[in-house]
Amino acid sequence: MFGLIKKLFSQKVKIIQTTKGEMEETALEKREGSLENGTEVTNWVEYWHDKELVHRSVNVTLKPQPVAQTIIGGF
Amino acid sequence: MANVAGMCSSFKGELLNGIHALGPGTGVPARTVSTADVVKAALFLVSASRGVADTVYNTTGELAGTGGYTQGGVTVTQGTQPSTSGTTGIFTPSASFVWSSFTSSGAFDCVVLYNSSQGNKEISVHTFSSQSITAGTFTLTMPTNDASNALLRIA
Repeated sequence: MFGLIKKLFSQKVKIIQTTKGEMEETALEKREGSLENGTEVTNWVEYWHDKELVHRSVNVTLKPQPVAQTIIGGF
Repeated sequence: MANVAGMCSSFKGELLNGIHALGPGTGVPARTVSTADVVKAALFLVSASRGVADTVYNTTGELAGTGGYTQGGVTVTQGTQPSTSGTTGIFTPSASFVWSSFTSSGAFDCVVLYNSSQGNKEISVHTFSSQSITAGTFTLTMPTNDASNALLRIA
Protein backbone atom coordinates (compact mmCIF):
# COMPACT_ATOMS: atom_id res chain seq x y z
CA MET A 1 0.00 0.00 0.00
CA PHE A 2 2.80 2.41 0.92
CA GLY A 3 4.50 1.71 -2.36
CA LEU A 4 1.30 2.39 -4.23
CA ILE A 5 0.77 5.70 -2.45
CA LYS A 6 4.38 6.72 -3.11
CA LYS A 7 3.92 5.87 -6.77
CA LEU A 8 0.72 7.90 -6.87
CA PHE A 9 2.51 11.01 -5.72
CA SER A 10 5.54 10.53 -7.90
CA GLN A 11 3.87 9.53 -11.16
CA LYS A 12 0.26 10.71 -10.68
CA VAL A 13 -1.00 7.25 -11.58
CA LYS A 14 -4.76 7.12 -11.86
CA ILE A 15 -6.33 4.49 -9.62
CA ILE A 16 -9.58 2.83 -10.65
CA GLN A 17 -12.02 1.10 -8.32
CA THR A 18 -12.74 -2.32 -9.79
CA THR A 19 -14.36 -5.58 -8.86
CA LYS A 20 -10.85 -6.73 -8.00
CA GLY A 21 -10.10 -3.76 -5.78
CA GLU A 22 -8.06 -0.68 -6.64
CA MET A 23 -6.06 -1.05 -9.84
CA GLU A 24 -3.82 1.27 -11.81
CA GLU A 25 -5.49 2.58 -14.94
CA THR A 26 -2.47 1.61 -17.00
CA ALA A 27 -3.13 -2.05 -16.21
CA LEU A 28 -6.62 -1.85 -17.66
CA GLU A 29 -8.22 -1.50 -21.06
CA LYS A 30 -10.43 1.58 -21.14
CA ARG A 31 -13.53 1.76 -23.31
CA GLU A 32 -15.78 4.80 -23.55
CA GLY A 33 -19.03 5.45 -25.30
CA SER A 34 -21.93 7.82 -25.60
CA LEU A 35 -25.54 7.81 -26.64
CA GLU A 36 -27.92 10.62 -27.49
CA ASN A 37 -31.55 10.10 -28.34
CA GLY A 38 -34.86 11.82 -27.69
CA THR A 39 -34.79 11.20 -23.96
CA GLU A 40 -31.19 11.39 -22.82
CA VAL A 41 -27.54 12.11 -23.31
CA THR A 42 -25.53 9.27 -21.82
CA ASN A 43 -21.80 8.75 -21.44
CA TRP A 44 -20.14 5.67 -20.03
CA VAL A 45 -16.67 4.44 -19.26
CA GLU A 46 -15.65 0.85 -18.84
CA TYR A 47 -12.43 -0.76 -17.71
CA TRP A 48 -11.59 -4.31 -18.71
CA HIS A 49 -8.97 -6.63 -17.28
CA ASP A 50 -8.12 -9.90 -19.01
CA LYS A 51 -11.35 -9.67 -21.06
CA GLU A 52 -13.39 -9.19 -17.87
CA LEU A 53 -15.44 -6.07 -17.16
CA VAL A 54 -14.18 -4.78 -13.83
CA HIS A 55 -15.59 -1.25 -13.79
CA ARG A 56 -18.47 0.54 -15.46
CA SER A 57 -19.66 4.04 -14.68
CA VAL A 58 -22.46 5.93 -16.40
CA ASN A 59 -23.64 9.53 -16.52
CA VAL A 60 -27.17 10.16 -17.79
CA THR A 61 -28.61 13.61 -18.50
CA LEU A 62 -32.32 13.42 -19.11
CA LYS A 63 -33.91 15.50 -21.80
CA PRO A 64 -37.27 17.12 -21.03
CA GLN A 65 -39.86 14.45 -20.35
CA PRO A 66 -43.08 14.73 -18.35
CA VAL A 67 -44.97 17.99 -18.49
CA ALA A 68 -48.13 18.40 -16.49
CA GLN A 69 -50.65 20.31 -18.58
CA THR A 70 -53.16 22.57 -16.91
CA ILE A 71 -56.66 23.10 -18.27
CA ILE A 72 -59.42 25.24 -16.90
CA GLY A 73 -63.02 24.16 -17.30
CA GLY A 74 -65.95 25.98 -18.75
CA PHE A 75 -69.28 26.77 -17.14
CA MET B 1 -57.66 45.17 -23.21
CA ALA B 2 -59.63 41.94 -23.03
CA ASN B 3 -60.04 39.31 -20.41
CA VAL B 4 -58.08 36.12 -21.06
CA ALA B 5 -59.00 32.79 -19.47
CA GLY B 6 -56.31 30.50 -18.14
CA MET B 7 -54.57 29.03 -15.17
CA CYS B 8 -52.52 31.71 -13.46
CA SER B 9 -48.83 31.17 -14.09
CA SER B 10 -47.99 31.99 -10.50
CA PHE B 11 -50.41 29.28 -9.33
CA LYS B 12 -48.38 26.61 -11.11
CA GLY B 13 -45.23 27.48 -9.22
CA GLU B 14 -47.19 27.83 -6.01
CA LEU B 15 -48.56 24.30 -6.39
CA LEU B 16 -44.99 23.03 -6.34
CA ASN B 17 -44.37 25.11 -3.24
CA GLY B 18 -47.33 23.61 -1.37
CA ILE B 19 -49.06 26.96 -1.00
CA HIS B 20 -52.51 25.85 -2.13
CA ALA B 21 -54.63 23.14 -0.50
CA LEU B 22 -58.01 23.30 -2.23
CA GLY B 23 -61.28 21.57 -1.40
CA PRO B 24 -63.07 20.92 1.88
CA GLY B 25 -59.89 19.87 3.65
CA THR B 26 -60.32 16.12 3.36
CA GLY B 27 -56.99 14.53 2.62
CA VAL B 28 -54.95 17.61 3.34
CA PRO B 29 -51.98 16.34 5.35
CA ALA B 30 -50.80 17.88 8.57
CA ARG B 31 -47.65 19.72 7.75
CA THR B 32 -45.22 22.33 8.89
CA VAL B 33 -45.57 24.73 6.02
CA SER B 34 -42.15 26.28 6.38
CA THR B 35 -40.39 22.93 5.99
CA ALA B 36 -39.99 21.31 2.60
CA ASP B 37 -40.83 17.66 2.22
CA VAL B 38 -38.08 15.09 1.79
CA VAL B 39 -38.02 13.80 -1.78
CA LYS B 40 -36.20 10.64 -2.73
CA ALA B 41 -35.06 9.05 -5.98
CA ALA B 42 -35.04 5.29 -6.45
CA LEU B 43 -33.83 3.12 -9.33
CA PHE B 44 -35.93 0.38 -10.93
CA LEU B 45 -35.09 -2.66 -12.99
CA VAL B 46 -35.86 -2.92 -16.69
CA SER B 47 -38.31 -5.67 -15.74
CA ALA B 48 -40.32 -3.39 -13.45
CA SER B 49 -43.63 -1.80 -14.35
CA ARG B 50 -43.46 1.71 -12.98
CA GLY B 51 -45.58 4.40 -14.62
CA VAL B 52 -47.82 7.38 -14.19
CA ALA B 53 -50.59 5.21 -12.72
CA ASP B 54 -48.40 4.61 -9.66
CA THR B 55 -49.56 6.40 -6.55
CA VAL B 56 -47.17 5.30 -3.83
CA TYR B 57 -43.55 4.22 -3.96
CA ASN B 58 -42.84 0.59 -3.14
CA THR B 59 -39.90 -1.72 -3.65
CA THR B 60 -41.52 -3.90 -6.32
CA GLY B 61 -39.06 -3.95 -9.18
CA GLU B 62 -36.53 -1.78 -7.39
CA LEU B 63 -32.85 -2.69 -7.48
CA ALA B 64 -31.90 -5.04 -4.69
CA GLY B 65 -30.25 -3.53 -1.66
CA THR B 66 -26.86 -4.90 -2.61
CA GLY B 67 -23.68 -3.66 -4.25
CA GLY B 68 -23.80 -0.28 -2.57
CA TYR B 69 -27.44 0.40 -3.41
CA THR B 70 -29.90 1.10 -0.59
CA GLN B 71 -33.55 0.46 -1.35
CA GLY B 72 -35.52 3.66 -1.01
CA GLY B 73 -32.94 5.49 -3.05
CA VAL B 74 -31.09 8.71 -2.40
CA THR B 75 -32.39 11.95 -0.92
CA VAL B 76 -32.95 14.64 -3.51
CA THR B 77 -31.15 17.93 -2.89
CA GLN B 78 -33.62 20.79 -3.06
CA GLY B 79 -31.56 23.93 -2.93
CA THR B 80 -33.64 25.77 -5.49
CA GLN B 81 -37.17 26.86 -4.70
CA PRO B 82 -39.91 25.91 -7.16
CA SER B 83 -40.82 28.90 -9.27
CA THR B 84 -42.53 30.10 -12.41
CA SER B 85 -40.65 30.60 -15.66
CA GLY B 86 -42.84 32.42 -18.14
CA THR B 87 -46.15 30.60 -17.80
CA THR B 88 -44.65 27.31 -16.58
CA GLY B 89 -44.24 26.17 -13.00
CA ILE B 90 -40.82 24.56 -12.66
CA PHE B 91 -38.71 22.59 -10.23
CA THR B 92 -35.35 20.91 -10.67
CA PRO B 93 -33.27 19.35 -7.91
CA SER B 94 -30.16 21.40 -7.27
CA ALA B 95 -27.73 18.48 -7.38
CA SER B 96 -27.30 15.39 -9.51
CA PHE B 97 -28.43 12.03 -8.20
CA VAL B 98 -25.31 9.97 -7.56
CA TRP B 99 -24.78 6.35 -6.60
CA SER B 100 -21.10 5.62 -6.06
CA SER B 101 -19.15 2.48 -5.17
CA PHE B 102 -22.07 0.81 -6.84
CA THR B 103 -22.67 -2.51 -8.59
CA SER B 104 -26.24 -2.81 -9.79
CA SER B 105 -28.15 -6.00 -9.10
CA GLY B 106 -29.48 -5.96 -12.66
CA ALA B 107 -30.13 -3.78 -15.65
CA PHE B 108 -32.18 -0.70 -14.80
CA ASP B 109 -33.80 2.03 -16.86
CA CYS B 110 -35.98 4.05 -14.53
CA VAL B 111 -35.78 6.50 -11.66
CA VAL B 112 -38.83 7.29 -9.54
CA LEU B 113 -39.18 10.47 -7.49
CA TYR B 114 -41.40 10.25 -4.44
CA ASN B 115 -42.27 12.26 -1.36
CA SER B 116 -41.05 10.36 1.67
CA SER B 117 -42.55 12.98 4.00
CA GLN B 118 -46.06 12.39 2.67
CA GLY B 119 -46.54 8.65 2.78
CA ASN B 120 -44.12 7.97 -0.07
CA LYS B 121 -46.52 9.44 -2.61
CA GLU B 122 -45.01 9.26 -6.07
CA ILE B 123 -44.18 12.40 -7.96
CA SER B 124 -42.77 11.30 -11.31
CA VAL B 125 -41.30 8.44 -13.28
CA HIS B 126 -38.34 9.04 -15.61
CA THR B 127 -36.90 6.50 -18.00
CA PHE B 128 -33.61 6.20 -19.87
CA SER B 129 -31.69 3.53 -21.77
CA SER B 130 -30.93 0.28 -19.98
CA GLN B 131 -27.88 0.61 -17.76
CA SER B 132 -25.80 -1.54 -15.49
CA ILE B 133 -23.01 -0.42 -13.20
CA THR B 134 -19.97 -2.42 -12.16
CA ALA B 135 -17.88 -1.16 -9.24
CA GLY B 136 -18.56 2.33 -10.51
CA THR B 137 -20.70 5.43 -10.26
CA PHE B 138 -24.11 6.15 -11.71
CA THR B 139 -24.92 9.82 -12.08
CA LEU B 140 -28.17 11.38 -13.20
CA THR B 141 -27.25 14.91 -14.13
CA MET B 142 -30.01 17.45 -13.64
CA PRO B 143 -31.23 19.56 -16.56
CA THR B 144 -31.32 23.34 -16.67
CA ASN B 145 -34.04 24.68 -14.41
CA ASP B 146 -36.10 26.59 -16.95
CA ALA B 147 -39.45 26.34 -18.72
CA SER B 148 -38.03 24.18 -21.49
CA ASN B 149 -35.87 21.78 -19.53
CA ALA B 150 -36.76 21.63 -15.81
CA LEU B 151 -37.21 18.16 -14.41
CA LEU B 152 -40.77 18.91 -13.28
CA ARG B 153 -42.86 21.32 -15.31
CA ILE B 154 -46.47 22.37 -15.03
CA ALA B 155 -47.24 24.08 -18.32
